[in-house]
Amino acid sequence: MNHDYQYTPKNGFSKWLDKRLPLMRFADENLLSFPTPKNLNYFYTFGFILTMCLVTQIITGIVLAMHYVPNTSLAFDSIEHIMRDVNYGWLIRYMHSNGASMFFLAVFIHMFRGLYYGSYKEPREIIWILGVVIFLLMIITGFMGYVLPWGQMSFWGATVITNLVATIPVIGEPILTLLLGGYSVDNPTLNRFFSLHYLLPFVIFGVVILHIWALHVTGNNNPTGIEVKDSKDTISFHPYYTVKDLFAYVVFLLMFCYFIFYNPNILGHPDNYIEADPMLTPAHIVPEWYLLPFYAILRAVPDKLMGVLLMFGSIVVLFFLPWLDTMKVKSARYRPLYKIFFLFFVIFCLLLGYLGAKPPEGIYLFLSRVSTIYYFAFFLVIMPILSRIEKPSPMPIGISNPAINSSSDSGGGVSGAPSYAMDSK
Amino acid sequence: MSIFRNTFKNNIFFFLVLTFGFSVNANSAEGTTFKNLKPGFSFEGPFGKFDKESLKRGYQVYSEVCSSCHGLKQLSFRNLSQPGGPEFSIERVKEIASGYSITDGFDEYGEPIERSMLPSDRFPRPYGSKEEAKGANNGAYPPDLSLIVKARSDGYNYLYSLLKGYEEEIPEDLDIGDLSYNPWYPGGAIAMYQPLYDESVEYEDGTPATLDQMSYDVANFLTWAAEPTMEERKRLGFIVMGFLIIFVILMYLSVSRLFRDVH
Repeated sequence: MNHDYQYTPKNGFSKWLDKRLPLMRFADENLLSFPTPKNLNYFYTFGFILTMCLVTQIITGIVLAMHYVPNTSLAFDSIEHIMRDVNYGWLIRYMHSNGASMFFLAVFIHMFRGLYYGSYKEPREIIWILGVVIFLLMIITGFMGYVLPWGQMSFWGATVITNLVATIPVIGEPILTLLLGGYSVDNPTLNRFFSLHYLLPFVIFGVVILHIWALHVTGNNNPTGIEVKDSKDTISFHPYYTVKDLFAYVVFLLMFCYFIFYNPNILGHPDNYIEADPMLTPAHIVPEWYLLPFYAILRAVPDKLMGVLLMFGSIVVLFFLPWLDTMKVKSARYRPLYKIFFLFFVIFCLLLGYLGAKPPEGIYLFLSRVSTIYYFAFFLVIMPILSRIEKPSPMPIGISNPAINSSSDSGGGVSGAPSYAMDSK
Repeated sequence: MSIFRNTFKNNIFFFLVLTFGFSVNANSAEGTTFKNLKPGFSFEGPFGKFDKESLKRGYQVYSEVCSSCHGLKQLSFRNLSQPGGPEFSIERVKEIASGYSITDGFDEYGEPIERSMLPSDRFPRPYGSKEEAKGANNGAYPPDLSLIVKARSDGYNYLYSLLKGYEEEIPEDLDIGDLSYNPWYPGGAIAMYQPLYDESVEYEDGTPATLDQMSYDVANFLTWAAEPTMEERKRLGFIVMGFLIIFVILMYLSVSRLFRDVH
């Protein structure tokens, strides 16, 4: 990427190593001197924050697994054993349970960031698609993790969500039986959920590597959405963005630590401190807060199968984003109409989250339906139409050139890295 | 620089929006009839600590009244002496534990061994099984109290309100059958008879055992029982937050210095 700079091994050992395993070269080109647009704002720090979230979850999770017992008669008590008798067990467990919430909070901001600045557009389609894959894996992992403490919400949440599979015609029932390891949520379910909950984070880790790899092929998008033209537009990743990302992460940690140390149970449900009882259904079954928007979409539809399809569809539709929004101009900064529709999209997503915790009746049901319609219309109707009719506002020529481009609707070098490579020769 | 400042402001805004977004919590599901009373507890707030004398009195009420129906299975006697709790002396804990006996293993003739309890033993359970517990209580199961404060929304205020909230006069439109009336209990009809009256216990430290005092002490004790590590958590939290606040200032200065020349 950077054509002004080449890694040169300095001493005998690094020269020897560079010919055999160019580890230092790789680290240098991807972590230290990697050219990054100089105008990235704080919304662009969430990639780093998310990586740290994943690492935190994996490390705390491995320690928790040393003390946890995946058995229906022991699981609940083993969590309390961790909370009371394991050295700093309470800290590790609160980090893990609140860490999941922080992970989702960060991923939502990260995705809204991508939507706002058009980060899913050519040439970054694959980065976006891999991101959606990670998000999907996160949801599955988070859901399975919530089952492990074997509280009332664990059990009944698992029952409600797994039963959605049964609505699929013909193959639904056999898949459900396979998923549960029986005909209802029980010990075999807990065992396989534990196994998969341990496995999936490493799968996520693998996809994260692909996600970053793809990012380092095209380079970062930036708040203007105008591709990098030459080395005047970029600064090296280190020290600029290592320090800026770390600063943002410490701010994020402050919030994370507030939850861990001063309000560790506010994001969970009190019912999950009651051991699972298959004979006693809670008054209201609600999932974790981060799944509430999807839960609201599910319940907005009167037909069960349609509800399930729409709920999965709300994530599947994200895969097609690069081809639904064909507007060349990437950033919402220069898209006055898109900006407004995007703002409403965020509001409706938050509203869906609120409605997911309310009973599906009366005004709540009506609002869930309106929000669901807007959610899908935003992607399937508004985006394609805006791509055709929206007239972008005047754009600067480049990242470091604030002069207005007279032919701004050309999108300012959308062809990305290849054009950059040619420019700089 | 101005871009930097603007986006910083935006970020804070975004955080606030999202924090507000999920503070609209899922917990409001089981509404009680009344708003909980809030007597104010010493353990509230970021620097809150337990009132140890109140914990000791709360334990006394639990062992003399509640424990006849409600277990406390997550706790061992030794917990009563550990830091951040009632902090009874070890001798006192041994004495308390030895007042109970347990069947533990078999002797060389295959006969079960009965021994008195040790500080390392869990609190005794009032019933042998859930079925027995239900049988003795008109079919209602008295829940284990180890986690009751965490298992109810606004747990300790709810518990305090519930314990002193029994009322003789039942609203005319409510048919409660054999049950008792307590407006703080969801639905109002509760299977537990009023457990505490003035002078139900005689406090060892001479504090007058009013209904209000006992409800307060039990709520205190059960909050500790639900999370014996709370004091440690808040103490460590103060150190970690203090470190992070200094760290974040240094990081902010580093970022400002670093990006000063980036235009």
